[in-house]
Amino acid sequence: MSDKRLTFKKRLHILKHHYRGKKMAPAFNAFHTFLFAPNETTHSGSHVRVADDLKRAMNTVIMALIPVLLFSFFNTGYQHYSAINGFPQAFSIWDHFLTWENFWLGFKLVMPLVVVSYGVGLLIEFIFAVIKGHEVEEGYLVTGMLVPLIVPVDTPLWMLAVAVVFGVVIGKEVFGGTGMNILNPALTIRAFLFFAYPTWMSGDKVWVHGAVERTGTPDAISGETILGYLAQNGSYEYSLSDMFFGFIPGSVGETSTFLILLGGLFLIFSKIASWRIMVSAVIGSLVMGLIFNGVVDAGWISTGSKFYGLMSFEFWQHLLVGGLAFGIVYMATDPVTGAQTNRGKWIYGFLIGFISVMIRVFNPAYPEGVFLAILLMNVFAPTIDHYVVRGNVRRRMKRLKHATILPKDTEQAEVPKVETV
Amino acid sequence: MALLSKKDANLILDPLADNNPITIQVLGICSALAITAELQASLVMALSVIFVLGVGNVVISLMRNIIPSKIRIIVQLIVVATLVIIVDQVLKAYAYTLSKTLAVFVGLIITNCIIMGRFEAFALGNGPWKSFLDGIGNALGYGVILIIVGFFRELLGSGTLFGIPVLGNPIEKTGLYATGYENNGFMIIPPAALIVVGIVIWVQRSKNRALIEEN
Repeated sequence: MSDKRLTFKKRLHILKHHYRGKKMAPAFNAFHTFLFAPNETTHSGSHVRVADDLKRAMNTVIMALIPVLLFSFFNTGYQHYSAINGFPQAFSIWDHFLTWENFWLGFKLVMPLVVVSYGVGLLIEFIFAVIKGHEVEEGYLVTGMLVPLIVPVDTPLWMLAVAVVFGVVIGKEVFGGTGMNILNPALTIRAFLFFAYPTWMSGDKVWVHGAVERTGTPDAISGETILGYLAQNGSYEYSLSDMFFGFIPGSVGETSTFLILLGGLFLIFSKIASWRIMVSAVIGSLVMGLIFNGVVDAGWISTGSKFYGLMSFEFWQHLLVGGLAFGIVYMATDPVTGAQTNRGKWIYGFLIGFISVMIRVFNPAYPEGVFLAILLMNVFAPTIDHYVVRGNVRRRMKRLKHATILPKDTEQAEVPKVETV
Repeated sequence: MALLSKKDANLILDPLADNNPITIQVLGICSALAITAELQASLVMALSVIFVLGVGNVVISLMRNIIPSKIRIIVQLIVVATLVIIVDQVLKAYAYTLSKTLAVFVGLIITNCIIMGRFEAFALGNGPWKSFLDGIGNALGYGVILIIVGFFRELLGSGTLFGIPVLGNPIEKTGLYATGYENNGFMIIPPAALIVVGIVIWVQRSKNRALIEEN
């Protein structure tokens, strides 16, 4: 490529110098760095700069979310048509699931959620960037994709917009923007929606498109989630493979444990998300599930108990239903709000899994506790880190006390022997 | 300004904004969180505190030279408790349902930090007239925030003001509700008051940069 030709990249660089120092500079730079790495070099000191900056990390997470999003299009349609026409007797993926009809309905319903989430969220980020004169922070890229995936499909768009404004302003910007927030913004948005508009966020009507507006008519359909059935000690008709591959009702993107697992592996191998948090959260939920199974096996609660359905649920199946898998892979691993130390990550993840399953069982009004568990542990993450660091300091102080420190000028100086405890 | 000298006027005006007991000194938060779900309850609470603090400050100020300093807290408590019981009894007599809504929080005016704070900080060292103005000013500052918070919480949470529907009928879907609008259940629960107070503090400090602490 000749040096004289004005490529798109060069044009943008020229424009960037043109905008420098003006009010619009942050807004322009946001789009610019979205496409190209900045051409600036550090002027003082020596800093090693790598290309996988925050924006690349965010893009990787979004890539891991794309399969889940595509699946959600099909599942939205599949759940809607199945609820109306009855579930197919001999289920075949090509005939009943991956159809244009399903895709088109899901696309029509889910894409507006995505557009509103990104539109409103980024607008606020831009406004704050221009007011504060900062660069636009990339933090919303992932949040904007997570939000539509963790709400019921029929959530009214204005509610989503209000919640996004609340979540981004109160959950993030008041703390100083990306990297300073103590709560995961996507979960703040979800929690706001849940407490503000509970009728749209829980119950047996919201998980399948059309169920709310058909309530009370002869065409009424229901879309209870598996956890909802269990909370009422009812039975459900979904097979294990349905649960694993995600052909079940639920929030838009949470159903397919299989694709979430693939996304999780992708994030682990690209070293974006912490495998420690994921593994320990899985262990935590299994342990809590085992405890509940043990309680049932020991005969401590009767079959009539309102907790029986969820307590007797096979411990490992908790990972397949509801938002537990999604929360563990995409939300608990948020590097800003999670624990930072390695040992802290184990504790943090374990408690997320443990508390999630506990809330599921003990909160019959709303049989899902992942978002509450993660928000709770977000608050405790700095405390966990603090004690992990203190513990480390204390251990090393103790080691120092028992160590034999040899004087520098002895003959053995070449082989310093330090006894550790 | 014939009625009040400039100094006296500041005793009333300062606590309304730049030295507000809730937003600047962050006192009296508990009641601000608990009873602001309805505007009416906020208003009655504000009036009760205006009465208790105004009269209490005068009484303490009159007695300031005869109270032994070792037992002054007990004396202050007796004064507040007496005034609070008067308020409580009046409410029970003339506004029974409202006193049910406010429940224990009228009694808890006794523990409102603003009241003991003003007794200690002002009434014990100043004359009755000044103490009266200071008491009224601080109670007004408290009341203003209560009413602002109550206004937003009741409007957004229940769609009413003073119990009167202003946004239409949510059950028959009239007015704003016809467009699909719904009341925000989050505004009813106490954490919402914390956030609304936080936003008030945010707005106030960004308007008056002198209030922002260095840190």
